[in-house]
Amino acid sequence: MTEEPKKKGWFARLTQGLSRSAGQMAESVVAVVAKKPLDQAALDDLEEMLIEADLGPRTAAKIARAFGENRFGKSSSEDEVKAALAELVAAELAPRQGRFDPLGSTSRPYVVLFVGVNGSGKTTTLGKIAANLTGRGAKVMVVAGDTFRAAAVEQLKVWADRAGAAFMSRPINSDAAGLAFEACERAQAEAFDVVLIDTAGRLQNKQGLMDELLKIVRVLKKFDAEAPHETLLVLDATVGRNALAQENIFGNTAGVTGIVMTKLDGTARGGVLVPVAQASDAPIKLIGVGEGIEDLQDFDAVAFSRSLVGLEA
Amino acid sequence: MFDNLTDKLTDVFDRLSGRGVLSAKDVDEAMTSVREALLDADVALPVVRDFIAVARERAVGGDVVKSIRPADQVVKIVHDGLVEMLGGDGPPVGLNLAANPPVVILMAGLQGSGKTTTSAKLALRLTRTDRKKVLMASLDTRRPAAMEQLAQLGSQIEVETLPIVAGQAAPDIAKRALSVAKLGGYDVLILDTAGRTTLDEAMMAEAAEIAKISNPTETLLVADALTGQDAVRTAKAFHERLPLTGLILTRADGDGRGGAALSMRHVTGLPIKFLGTSEKVDGLDAFDAQRVAGRILGMGDIVGLVEKAAAEMDQAKAERMARRMARGKFDFDDLANQLDQMKKLGGLSGLMGLLPGVAKLKNQMADMGVGDKMLDRQRAIINSMTKAERRKPDLLDAKRRRRIAAGAGVDVAELNRLIKQHRQMSDTFKTMSRDGGKSMARIAQMMGGGMPGMPGGMGGGGAGAAGGMPDMEQLKALTGGKMPSMEELAKLTGGSGGLPGLGSLPPGLNPFKKN
Repeated sequence: MTEEPKKKGWFARLTQGLSRSAGQMAESVVAVVAKKPLDQAALDDLEEMLIEADLGPRTAAKIARAFGENRFGKSSSEDEVKAALAELVAAELAPRQGRFDPLGSTSRPYVVLFVGVNGSGKTTTLGKIAANLTGRGAKVMVVAGDTFRAAAVEQLKVWADRAGAAFMSRPINSDAAGLAFEACERAQAEAFDVVLIDTAGRLQNKQGLMDELLKIVRVLKKFDAEAPHETLLVLDATVGRNALAQENIFGNTAGVTGIVMTKLDGTARGGVLVPVAQASDAPIKLIGVGEGIEDLQDFDAVAFSRSLVGLEA
Repeated sequence: MFDNLTDKLTDVFDRLSGRGVLSAKDVDEAMTSVREALLDADVALPVVRDFIAVARERAVGGDVVKSIRPADQVVKIVHDGLVEMLGGDGPPVGLNLAANPPVVILMAGLQGSGKTTTSAKLALRLTRTDRKKVLMASLDTRRPAAMEQLAQLGSQIEVETLPIVAGQAAPDIAKRALSVAKLGGYDVLILDTAGRTTLDEAMMAEAAEIAKISNPTETLLVADALTGQDAVRTAKAFHERLPLTGLILTRADGDGRGGAALSMRHVTGLPIKFLGTSEKVDGLDAFDAQRVAGRILGMGDIVGLVEKAAAEMDQAKAERMARRMARGKFDFDDLANQLDQMKKLGGLSGLMGLLPGVAKLKNQMADMGVGDKMLDRQRAIINSMTKAERRKPDLLDAKRRRRIAAGAGVDVAELNRLIKQHRQMSDTFKTMSRDGGKSMARIAQMMGGGMPGMPGGMGGGGAGAAGGMPDMEQLKALTGGKMPSMEELAKLTGGSGGLPGLGSLPPGLNPFKKN
C-alpha cells in the first residue's frame, strides 16, 4: 500500500471502480446546475442528489449551501461545477485522511486487528493486505480469529496460501483471544514482520460480542502494551447511516485506529465516506474499489473526491 | 442523532397556533421533519418523496380530534402510512411450497448480505417447522470456502448439502443439484448463489441463467437491513434480472433503523418474508410491518418488548408480586425477582435496545458504568442478606450493612444506594396502593411520559384513545385500569419507580420519569 503504485493504473482503477456509480451522480448533478443561472430549485435538487449519494441530510445541506455561496444567479460550466463540488467534498475529507503503513513502523511484529460487522469484508480485506505485504518482501502471519462463522477459517486459509503468508487457526468455537496471543508469541520467536488478525463479524449493539472483542485487545496488550499497533474497522460502503453507529461503537470499544471502506465499486455510493469521516475519531486509511488485490488502495481525499464527481486526475 | 420523530413534531406544532384543523402550512412544516427522520432512517430519497406526497395529502384538512395533539395525529398518519407501505397488517407472507417437489428456492443478493447463513436458517426452519426434506447447494464458485461454509452449516443443522465437486461451474452445479434433489426425493432445494455486484453484467447474467435452469418457485433477494440509499438500486437491479418473489432482510438485529426495508418493498412491490435477527442458525423471524414501521420512526420495538416479556414472564410469580405490590408491600425479595426478570429479558442493555428514544441514554449509561454488571452486583448484595433482612429491610443497621457489603464484595456505599433505591420504589407502591383507582392512571402517565414514542395523550386516562397506534393498543390493554395488568407494567418499567440500577443517574436522565 505504501509502495509507489503505477501512478496511472492506480488512479484509473479508482476512477473505474467509482465511476460506475459516481458517473451517474456526476451527470445528473451537472444536468441540474451547470450552464444556467443558479437558483434555489437547482440547489435543492443538488442537495437531494447528494443525499442519494449517502452523504446524509446534514452534510448534503452543508455542501449545497457552500456551493450556492457566491454562485447565485451565475452560470458555471460543467467542469467548474464538478471541480467546485470535488473541492467541497475534499475539504470535508482531507483532514480525515490517514496512512496504513505497517512496514514503516519499528515495532516487530506489527500487530493488526481487523474488526467490523458481519459481511463487511474483513477477511477479504485482510487477504488483500497480506498479499500486498508479502509481495513487498515482508514476513506475514495470518491469524484466523473468526472462530465462529462456518468456514471462515477455510476462507482465510485460501487467502493466506495465495499470499504466501504463514497461517494459524484453531477449531471452530475456540477462544480467539488465546489464538491471537499464541500467534503473536510465535511471530516474535520466528521474527515475523506483521501479524494480521481476523475477527468474527459482530453487530456493534451486541454487548456480549463486543466484550469478546475487547478481550482480544486486552490479551494482545499483555503480549505487547502497544499492540494491536493498528485496529482497522472494515466498513461496507453500501451501509447507510448505520455506518456512523458502527464507527462510533467500534471506535469506542475496540480503539479503532483506522477505517477501511470496502465495496466502493459496483453498487456502492462512495458518499457515505463523508459523514463517516466527519464523525470518526480514526482516519480513513484504505478503500476497496474492486475485487482484485490491487483494488484495495491508500485513501487519498483529493483523488477520491475528484473521482466521486467524475473528474479526471 | 436519532431524535425522536414525535419529539420533533411536537416542537413543530408547539410553535404553531390555531388548532382545530391541520392546515397545509402546519403539515408542510411537519413533513420536513418527517422527511429528515426518514432519510436518517436510510429510507431512499425517491421513496421518501412518494411517501411524503401521500402522507401530506392525508394529513391536510384532517380534523384534529379533541384530546389528541396534532403531532400525535401526524405521527399516526405517518406510522399507518409506513405500515401500509411495508405490506400492511396482514399475517406475514410465508414461502410458497405448493409446487411439485422439489420446490426450488433461489437465494440472491450482494456480497456479504448474508445469503449463505440465511440459506441455512431457512433450511432449518423448513425442516423443523414444516417437516420438509431439504437439500442445500452452494453455487458460489468465487468466494473462497463459500461451499465449505454451507456444508458446515448443513452438518450443524443436520440438513443435507450437495457434495462439492471442485471446478464445476455454477449452472452445472445447479443442474446437478436439481437431479440429486429429484432422485433423492427432497421436498425443497435451496440454491445459494455467489454474491454479486448489481453492475457486474457477467455475474447478473449468470444469476439469470441459474434462475432459468432451476425454475425456482421462490427467488429471494437477501439484503442487508442496514443498507443505505443504495437499497433502491440494488432491489431494482435484481428485480429486473431475476424472477424475484420476496425479500429477506438480514442483520435486523443491528441498531440501524431499517429504512432499507421500506425502500426495497416500495420499489419492487415484493413482500418481505423474513428478517434475519441473529448470527446463529435459528435467528430468522417472520416479518411484521408494525414493528418495522415503529422502528423506522424511532419508536422502539415496544411490541417486541411486550412479546418478550410475555414469553419470559413467570406468570404465577408476577401475579403474586402484583398482589403484594397492590397492598403496598415491596421487599428485597421482590426487588430480587425484578432484577432476575430484567436479566431474563436481556438485561438492561437488551431492554433499552427495545425502548424508543433511549439510545442516547444507553450510551451515557454505558459511559458511567451503569449496566448489566450493576444489576449483577445488586443481585449479589441481595443474595448476601439473610432471609429476615430481605423481608424486613428495617433490620439493616450499620453492622449488618458492613457484613452484607463484605459478603457481596462491594462498598457499603453501594449497598446504601441499593437500600435507598429500594425504599423509593417501596414508597411509590405504598402511595399508589393508598390512593386506589388513581394509581393506575399514574402508571399510565409514567408510561406515556416515559416513552417518548407514545402519544403523550394516553396518560390522561380517557385520552388513551389517542390514536390507533398499534404499539399503543398493546399498552392500552396493559393500562386498561385493571389490576392484573399492573405487573406487566411494573415489569416493563422495572418497578414503575424507575429502573433498578438507575438510582445513580443524574436527575432528569431517568427515561421513565415524566418531564
